[in-house]
Amino acid sequence: MKIKLKIWRQRDSRSKGEFKEYHLDDVSKDMSFLEMLDTLNIKLIKQGDLPVEFDHDCREGICGQCGVMINGIAHGPLKNTTTCQLHMRSFNDGDTIHVEPFKAAAFPIVRDLKVNRSAFDNIISSGGYVSVDTGQAPEANSIPVTFEEAESAFDAAACIGCGACVASCKNSSAALFTSAKISHLARLPQGDKETSTRVVNMVNQMEEEGFGYCTNTEACQVECPENISVLNIARMNYEYNKAKVLAKK
Amino acid sequence: MAITGLFLSFFLIIHLLGNLQLLLPAEEAQLQYNSYSHFLGGNILVKLVAYVLYLCIILHSLDAIYLAYRRKKANGVSYSYDRRGRASTWYSRNMTALGIIIFVFLVIHFKDFWYHYKFGDLPTDVNGNKDLYTLVVVAFEQLWYVILYIIAILALGYHLLHGVFSAHRTIGLYHPMYNKVIRVLGVVFAVAITIGYIIIPLFLYINFQS
Amino acid sequence: MSKTIEAPIPEGPIAEKWSNYKAKAKLVSPNNRKRLEVIVVGTGLAGASAAASLAEMGYNVKSFCFQDSPRRAHSVAAQGGVNAAKNYKNDGDSAYRMFYDTLKGGDFRSREANTYRLAECSASLIDQAVAQGVPFGREYGGYLRNRSFGGVQVSRTFYARGQTGQQLLLGSYQALLRQKQAGKVKLYARHEMLDVVIIEGKARGIIARNLDTGQIERHGAHTVVLATGGFGKIYYLSTLAMGCNASAIWRAHKKGAFMANPSWTQIHPTSLPQSGEHQSKLTLMSESLRNDGRIWVPKDQNETRAPGDIPEEDRDYYLERKYPSFGNLAPRDISSRAAKEQIDLGKGVGPLKNAVYLDFSRAINEYGKDVIAERYGNLFTMYKKITGIDAYREPMKISPAAHFSMGGLWVDYELMTTVPGLFAIGEANFSDHGANRLGANSLLQACVDGYFILPYTLQNYLADQIRIEKTDVNHPAFEESERQVKDQMQAFLNCKGKKTAEEFHKELGRELYDKCGLLRTKEGLEKAIENIKKLREEYKTNLLVPGTAGEVNSELEKAGRVSDYMELAELMCLDALHREESCGAHFRAEYQTAEGEAKRDDENYCYSAAWEWTGNASAPMLNREPLVFETVKPTVRSYK
Repeated sequence: MKIKLKIWRQRDSRSKGEFKEYHLDDVSKDMSFLEMLDTLNIKLIKQGDLPVEFDHDCREGICGQCGVMINGIAHGPLKNTTTCQLHMRSFNDGDTIHVEPFKAAAFPIVRDLKVNRSAFDNIISSGGYVSVDTGQAPEANSIPVTFEEAESAFDAAACIGCGACVASCKNSSAALFTSAKISHLARLPQGDKETSTRVVNMVNQMEEEGFGYCTNTEACQVECPENISVLNIARMNYEYNKAKVLAKK
Repeated sequence: MAITGLFLSFFLIIHLLGNLQLLLPAEEAQLQYNSYSHFLGGNILVKLVAYVLYLCIILHSLDAIYLAYRRKKANGVSYSYDRRGRASTWYSRNMTALGIIIFVFLVIHFKDFWYHYKFGDLPTDVNGNKDLYTLVVVAFEQLWYVILYIIAILALGYHLLHGVFSAHRTIGLYHPMYNKVIRVLGVVFAVAITIGYIIIPLFLYINFQS
Repeated sequence: MSKTIEAPIPEGPIAEKWSNYKAKAKLVSPNNRKRLEVIVVGTGLAGASAAASLAEMGYNVKSFCFQDSPRRAHSVAAQGGVNAAKNYKNDGDSAYRMFYDTLKGGDFRSREANTYRLAECSASLIDQAVAQGVPFGREYGGYLRNRSFGGVQVSRTFYARGQTGQQLLLGSYQALLRQKQAGKVKLYARHEMLDVVIIEGKARGIIARNLDTGQIERHGAHTVVLATGGFGKIYYLSTLAMGCNASAIWRAHKKGAFMANPSWTQIHPTSLPQSGEHQSKLTLMSESLRNDGRIWVPKDQNETRAPGDIPEEDRDYYLERKYPSFGNLAPRDISSRAAKEQIDLGKGVGPLKNAVYLDFSRAINEYGKDVIAERYGNLFTMYKKITGIDAYREPMKISPAAHFSMGGLWVDYELMTTVPGLFAIGEANFSDHGANRLGANSLLQACVDGYFILPYTLQNYLADQIRIEKTDVNHPAFEESERQVKDQMQAFLNCKGKKTAEEFHKELGRELYDKCGLLRTKEGLEKAIENIKKLREEYKTNLLVPGTAGEVNSELEKAGRVSDYMELAELMCLDALHREESCGAHFRAEYQTAEGEAKRDDENYCYSAAWEWTGNASAPMLNREPLVFETVKPTVRSYK
């Protein structure tokens, strides 16, 4: 099938970007979206142009490195699907596809469709862990975790950190990402001990990184590849409010 | 935002219940409504609550301005091709715009009724209470005023449709079942308030059309 | 001159060797630790867990990864689970049994003491991961749940739905970031290591390229740890991530580290088949699916009916038929080869006739759709996203794909390469899996190396380095390495030929898959070597890389990686050619039993081949590490 592409080209975070138009005539329906971009890039390189830089790695929807706005939607038209798992069968012959990077002040553009998401790492650094050193762990079965606790912790822990939640949010809020980690750990006895310090530190860090506030539009869950629940955000708010109300100093 | 919002929502119920007296037969309504207004104006407790109410309106608005500022700052450069709207409701994305409509309406509303009642020179009814009732009835005899009122109330309705449940989330209600309950109650509340507040001007406009 | 090399093994019976080692290993006192610097390249399970553990002990760690965040390292993609000899099922498991299963699974081509240590440390790993908040599957009462996996008869696999690798990696990633916050780890994401710097015979630093700016950076340390994973991506079509590469270990190899058994690549039986030329990777479907899925092909090679319409009597459940006691859970190499056999017989299914069916209908009837969805829900969803087919209604189509490198840098018992001060952990080394890795052992090895082994063995090395000053990055060795790296990149850019690195990679991959894949012959390998040499020559003159070196340039990154593959590919073929036996994943058509199974030659090939770089990619030197079996006696590996 034939596809017209309008791809955002931008040299770096300081330059101005714009849509550039490209045409591909031999796109197969079985191609993944990224394979379609590969095909374009080979064509561009052979023409002597610079290829479109985009982030990707595992191409099976788990590493979270890929992610672009496709026709104005994070990761494209399919819900709960990463860019790498989107296939060209979701498009029609003759379609025009707009491809833009995730945009948020906290995600500066590196080049073209590549953005820097290290703000997410900084949020995790500020408290998204259990403070246990190697060697300190007790026997695994000594603290039972019920099936339901483990399953609901997993639901939150499944986040792949791609940033689609931020990109889909009109406030550019990282609430879904941050809250997923907070509630993953708060739901397990191993992690719950540190919840109150964790939540305050992570929420503060989230603001420091320049993300916006959550106003519960719930767009994030719709576009989240792992369908992380927005109720995690409520859990984060609960833990945050509780920590603030009960603060001893 | 959530707490002020919820307080304001609560006030809407009280205000509506009070104003429903306007639907009584004219004579009865006039006396009862005026004496009710007088009671509100004279009670120290009510006065205190009123100050909290003013404060909430101001805080809610300031908070909204701050949120809008944060949004602008966090967004950075905006998208050139944006279809993100498919994932959320239009009113949840436009709470600020709805809020501005409501705020403008409130200014008019305060000016026309609250200011007149408090500082204006109103005639009194047979019981000697200020005749707010007549002021209201006369106001709603004008079609444009009724339409303005209805638009504002619709904006309020949508604002509530998102606001009530969103406020509960922000406070931290994360239990899935109670979230469903709040969702339903939020919708019921928004619809009830909207209908309630729209009935009054419509009723007055139709009944007092001369 | 070819040498016999030895890895000093601690004394004592096999079960006591590691304890004996730990009891005698040298230590570094806490106030000396903060003066020592460690570079860890790679942030997968091995790298992140090692970096975090060392930082917790007080060392200053610099952690590098080429991805944009350490959380994206390819360990994240492991689905099925992680093995541990906890014996929670009371089904007769023990460290010894696990050791034996692993050794046998590897067709008796791994070092006994290392393999035992892997099994021995497995239980602590589960404890560690649970304490970090890894949400493993649980029974309703709250205790950990297990399932069985290929190649064993006990249930010792722990899992977190179909995303075990992700959850374990997040655990170590979080531990790593915790140390970053504490100031003990400096993180260098989007940095690619391009060379190891050796000063006075010891690894003392690396040259890395900042992928966002193109800047070449020098980093010094007292020791360098490579945790850079496997190189299965050399086949181009593989289950690996696009960025997985051999460059770090290959460049270390060219600086003196031996490469061991490079041709032993596991071809995973349950991947999705290739659908066309454009394809960039093959997605893996976890092997755990074989617990409940049955593998079959139509008996008739001209079968045209839809799978659901083919009656039982016209189906050949070939694994159940050939290997009755293990059935669909036969080890990976055997399952892959059996699939290839059926496909070669023309019984393959799908449009390209390159797949076999993996059928869940019986399990769905038996346990219900809900149970199957709970076990494998995300895999079924993934299958549907990629192929558009609902596997609850119709069998999956699967086919073998390159997956795991059993070979890698040769390391001794302490996980140190032949370059002093240069360590290799996780998939980057060759140590524990022999000629075939059992399912759910790779996550285990990566974690155990990083959490529980390296912290002791590295310390034993560092104890002698406490008097050595901080590395001076202006040392001539850094200058020289940096110059070489820059020259090489400039050569790629100046070439201005007609083919992209990706196109070369595809060609190389096809050649390897055909001739150095599931089935190898002398003739094929010789032919492959010839072709690879030609391709390598062409690469020098006909490569096309756009842009410049001083900017973001993913094509330049690829050019370097493919260049290393070009040399490694030949070594793989040479390794496969020299080993005139079949063992595990290495199946030479000339050496098979009457039933078509791998035929080992313990008399002549009971060794690990450790290849030494000589400056000529076509003439590496073979060194042998004899495999001594003190505890078990190698037997014919049978899963019948």
